Amino acid sequence: MTDMTLNPIFETICRVKSNEPINREYRLIVLDAPSHILKCEPGQFFHLLCPTKGDLRPYLRRPMSIYGFYPEAGELHFLYKIAGEGTAALSALEAGENLNVVGPLGHGFDIQDDWQKLMVVARGVGLATLAPLAQKAQQMGRKLTAICSARSPEVLMSIDHFKALGAEVITVTDSEGTSGVEALEQLIEAHIQAEGVDAFYTCGSNRLLTMLQTICARHGIPGQIALEQQMACGVGMCQCCVRSFRRKDKIIHERVCKEGPVFNLQEAMGC
Amino acid sequence: MLDLSVNIGAMRLKNPIMPASGTFSEDCAKLFDIDALGAHVTKTITRDIRGGNPTPRVCEVRGSMLNSIGIPSKGVDYFKTNVIPFYDQYQTPLVVSISAGSADEFAQICEEVSVPGVAAIEVNISCPNIEADGKAFAMRPSTTEAVMRKLRAATDLPLWAKLTPNTGETTEVAQAAESAGADALVVANTMLSMAIDIHTRKPKLGNLMGGLSGPALKPIALRMVYQCAKAVSIPVIGCGGIATVEDVVEYLIAGASAVQVGTATFISPTVMVRLISELEAFLRTEGLSSVSELIGSIRDEEASDGVFFAEAAE
Ligand SMILES: Cc1cc2nc3c(=O)[nH]c(=O)nc-3n(C[C@H](O)[C@H](O)[C@H](O)COP(=O)(O)OP(=O)(O)OC[C@H]3O[C@@H](n4cnc5c(N)ncnc54)[C@H](O)[C@@H]3O)c2cc1C
Ligand SMILES: Cc1cc2nc3c(=O)[nH]c(=O)nc-3n(C[C@H](O)[C@H](O)[C@H](O)COP(=O)(O)O)c2cc1C
Ligand code: FES
Repeated sequence: MTDMTLNPIFETICRVKSNEPINREYRLIVLDAPSHILKCEPGQFFHLLCPTKGDLRPYLRRPMSIYGFYPEAGELHFLYKIAGEGTAALSALEAGENLNVVGPLGHGFDIQDDWQKLMVVARGVGLATLAPLAQKAQQMGRKLTAICSARSPEVLMSIDHFKALGAEVITVTDSEGTSGVEALEQLIEAHIQAEGVDAFYTCGSNRLLTMLQTICARHGIPGQIALEQQMACGVGMCQCCVRSFRRKDKIIHERVCKEGPVFNLQEAMGC
Repeated sequence: MLDLSVNIGAMRLKNPIMPASGTFSEDCAKLFDIDALGAHVTKTITRDIRGGNPTPRVCEVRGSMLNSIGIPSKGVDYFKTNVIPFYDQYQTPLVVSISAGSADEFAQICEEVSVPGVAAIEVNISCPNIEADGKAFAMRPSTTEAVMRKLRAATDLPLWAKLTPNTGETTEVAQAAESAGADALVVANTMLSMAIDIHTRKPKLGNLMGGLSGPALKPIALRMVYQCAKAVSIPVIGCGGIATVEDVVEYLIAGASAVQVGTATFISPTVMVRLISELEAFLRTEGLSSVSELIGSIRDEEASDGVFFAEAAE
């Protein structure tokens, strides 16, 4: 993926500008960040030192995808869901408090020259990871269609964000019965027939991974996936964040923090 | 002029702060000037190419962590063609950490990494010895002595023996390493531990058990450094739970000639550079002129019998 080997990584203390819920499940934290740490690629992440708050005492850092980076405004955005101790402590941060971040980290998404028609398939907080891709696609003048999946319409996120970035948005939800694998597969196949897709982008879920691997293999369409794994160092030194990949008939291990978090869709394996 | 330099045997380090094996890599050069460090210590390598343990490989416990990374290794050839040349760009001495499951294989890799560009070899004898029913070499004085003799015969480079807290014979193991020709001791590796998720009732590590590191390990490793410094005349390098300059100073006072910083780098990747400048500031405010004035400066005259008592109690 994008070769960032020469790019520096920074440990920086940022001031929290705001930290608010955006719906029942997700929150947006906006940091005041110096522009030199904002030379980011879509798909990269930061490693956050979530604070100690009362009984909440997370120890290791927590990885978080870059939801938005705005060098001009000096802002860094993360979209997150409270999952446990670290993210709960993060949610307790108030405007004016500090947050220590390390990044930008990892290898982001590629948009190759001949990939004109892009399709994003995202669910839940995966939208956070894929949103900056829409921005880059817009800057590069590529057409992007985003299929946004969620449990119910109330927790669908970033629809307006994607639309504002010129993307065509298709929403599917569990509560409306439109997000199942068969329904999705039909939707995507129809889109491939009607308009064509040059590359797929997705995140996380095993279900989406398997489905897209099948569709992409059937049509010979390339794809990229952002994966998650528990991390300690976040920069490549501890080897704790490995996942398995299928490459040239062999099973290999790569680090999500360093070789990833974005990987070749066909090589990825569920977990 | 403040003098931060220390001697580890014949090696002179510009300051006593270096990384612990497995918690440092070439990647750190993207975060800070790694030439500021006293030494560079690489992740343990083995001769063969190994995959390491199942995930999850880490978990956190109150204010500390457990890991069961294992020793994934790309092998010696990869190391020689890729890693050593990278560190050659720097002035800082390179310390290569090695391991093996048998004494002969250990000696073989020791010989293979005794090449230009390598200043010293740290031997991770805290890993299981397949010939001694899986117990780590450094758990017993006899296995420590046997493997260290073979290693000593395999290289002319300084040999640093890395001890384990998973022994009741700390002083005997330290003395065995010294008498077999170790040039320094690194004290210590992680302590065997466990954590269980009470909801799923599953162990939190894929490997079931793993090594405790971070602040919770500090009093244990500090005690071992103190015991070792009393028991041997070679330098002792302290390692375990160091996160602040006070921790560094405490280890030096206990008898460490230098220290290694591990887990703290995960919390703050730039911590080591900060520790170097804070150590300098500490010397200045205390009116000291060199680090060596701190080393082994513990005032324990009255209580020294306690050491032997505590060891006997194990
Ligand atoms: C590259 C990357 C990008 C991510 N981006 C986002 C994002 O944009 N928004 C968001 O809400 N979440 C994101 N996550 C997931 C997020 O890191 C976890 O939800 C978070 O670490 C949970 O911490 P906790 O203490 O709240 O939960 P706990 O369950 O208490 O965490 C316990 C431990 O497990 C780790 N852990 C738990 N879940 C995950 C996970 N899914 N991935 C990695 N480590 C995990 C934690 O870091 C911690 O070390 C991302 C993960 C990765 C690897
Ligand atoms: C993720 C991780 C990987 C480690 N890998 C190695 C290793 O390969 N070889 C080794 O000798 N010690 C290894 N260690 C142990 C450290 O070098 C150090 O001895 C230990 O963590 C205690 O120091 P700390 O509390 O400062 O981390 C590792 C520790 C951690 C946390
Ligand atoms: S988290 Fe340490 S190598 Fe990826």
